[in-house]
Amino acid sequence: MNIQQLSQALATRFASQLRSNVVAHGEVTIEVAASDVVSVCAALRDDEELKFEQLIDLCGVDYSEYGCVEWETGETSSTGFSRAVEPDTGARLRFGEAPQCVNTSRPRFASVYHLMSVTHNHRLRVRAYCENDEVPVMPTVIDVWPVANWFEREAFDLFGILYDGHPDLRRIMTDYGFVGHPFRKDFPLIGHVEMIYDEEEKRVVYQPVSIEPRVLVPRVVREDARFDDLADATSAASAAAAVENSDA
Amino acid sequence: MPEIRNFTLNFGPQHPAAHGVLRLVLEMDGEVIERADPHVGLLHRATEKLAESKPYNQSIGYMDRLDYVSMMCNEHGYVLAMEKLLGIEAPERAQYIRVMFDEVTRILNHLLWIGAHALDVGAMTMFLYAFREREDLMDCYEAVSGARLHATYYRPGGVARDLPDSMPHYQKSKWHSQREVNKLNENRQGSLLDFLEDFTSRFPGYVDEYETLLTDNRIWKQRTVDIGIVSPERAKALGFTGPMIRGSGIAWDLRKKQPYEVYDRMDFDIPIGTNGDCYDRYLVRMEEMRQSNRIIKQCIDWLRKNDGPILLENHKITPPKREEMKSDMESLIHHFKLFTEGFCLPEGEAYAGIEHPKGEFGVYLISDGANKPYRMKIRPPGFVHISALDEMVRGHMLADVVAVIGTQDLVFGEVDR
Repeated sequence: MNIQQLSQALATRFASQLRSNVVAHGEVTIEVAASDVVSVCAALRDDEELKFEQLIDLCGVDYSEYGCVEWETGETSSTGFSRAVEPDTGARLRFGEAPQCVNTSRPRFASVYHLMSVTHNHRLRVRAYCENDEVPVMPTVIDVWPVANWFEREAFDLFGILYDGHPDLRRIMTDYGFVGHPFRKDFPLIGHVEMIYDEEEKRVVYQPVSIEPRVLVPRVVREDARFDDLADATSAASAAAAVENSDA
Repeated sequence: MPEIRNFTLNFGPQHPAAHGVLRLVLEMDGEVIERADPHVGLLHRATEKLAESKPYNQSIGYMDRLDYVSMMCNEHGYVLAMEKLLGIEAPERAQYIRVMFDEVTRILNHLLWIGAHALDVGAMTMFLYAFREREDLMDCYEAVSGARLHATYYRPGGVARDLPDSMPHYQKSKWHSQREVNKLNENRQGSLLDFLEDFTSRFPGYVDEYETLLTDNRIWKQRTVDIGIVSPERAKALGFTGPMIRGSGIAWDLRKKQPYEVYDRMDFDIPIGTNGDCYDRYLVRMEEMRQSNRIIKQCIDWLRKNDGPILLENHKITPPKREEMKSDMESLIHHFKLFTEGFCLPEGEAYAGIEHPKGEFGVYLISDGANKPYRMKIRPPGFVHISALDEMVRGHMLADVVAVIGTQDLVFGEVDR
């Protein structure tokens, strides 16, 4: 089964449950509602034709700054710019500050599943958005793939996505007693506490971070047609054909 | 009668057999494990978040520091993900170099694994032997990239530079006379390929030595046979990849099943186990070293006969040559833009998985069209394997925990990220 056939098979098998079904870069990505995640995943695992026995990866994504840039490239080419000094995005935030740019065009949090079938040798990406931005909840897929246990703990720890039905949703990566979810875009890159050895108290203590947030390279988006050509050689070929046609 | 009750044992985080910083909370009934609760994350550096604040080309060095015993393989996963989004492919020679160094890395990794695993289980000598051979391979790393561990050698669109024509030599010192130094330098007279070829001819003999020490060793077998058995079904459900799933008898290897670079032109076999215990996984990895050796030989053959570019000439992605930069305005601009701003990836997402020595190492990139990744997720094989530790050690003795940690080949740089 090649990529296109897989995409087709998924479309017929799940029809109404799929919110999108995209083939790009040799990978199939489907999108389902949070409420459908468990039933779709169980079907993906058990269906003889699909047989995704393995959950390769599960991760959270915070889409709140998607498309946000620190330089508007069109503007800076005519006016010049101050290099990477404005506090704007997550990399230069301090604790307690809110990012200036927030993208609200889609739900903030998503859970992304990468599946693989050992039997049929194909892969699939499943994405589900959490419905509530303030309290992101996602049903757990532990019953489908036990490996999801730690992955979900990780996504909970780093993004604060609550996996409903998870038997042991503890923090996993961050320190004991850590506050906040560090991979959220509104969490500062420098963190908020640092640990030092206190000479007087003769023990290790936490104190507010003393370092300055500093990122040297600003985040820019270049709308460059050459990258489009790079991304897809066939599109370059078709563009060339279009030029020929216009010449004619 | 004193009351009999379970007790909780804290193992690590600074335990020599914990392979770094693993804290294990073991609930024990006498000497039998009832429940194991690994506390990971003591080495968490938020690599993924750091990568989000840097241009794509500046994060390659971070990849080395994930699994710091298989450096170039980590880079490979990251570079492949970028190339997938960009829709570019490295030149043929670069692909062969990458495959060759992936296999050098695999041997490096397995040598550290066998050394540390055997040391944990009580065989001191293995460690010394394994490090003797690692030394030669790290010299190859040094020759090609200048660094013995954190190479930062792979680039999107190829590799940083071509294979060198000479190897670093030992120098005479207080501890080594000229005669000793000459002997040490004997196989370093030629190019890197000559040195590596000499290594590949010696290496199978070394693996035989290791096997003589361990394979039929009574103590080794007592410590590993029937320890930590994982059935093929469980191995799949628990997300095992690499030698862990092969040890359970499933012939799954991304190099064969979803070949990347030039692996489809290589002639090699996938060893698999039958029982899924520590001993089988040991046999699988030992055989993998021999197979890697075969692949390196094939790469050396090809690389000797074929010359060519090692980096794409696309200066939107790869830096121009130094001489060009000095004389050509356009090259200077490219160079400046690449090293100040980096390059933008087209909007989209891609996942690239490679057969890392420990299992499937994957990098998932989401790009919103900027010069920095919007989100990068590293799929570490070790993280998945250690999450199954509880299941693997239940009902075993305390000493077997060490054998299971060893067999999972854990490195906390990648587990914790």
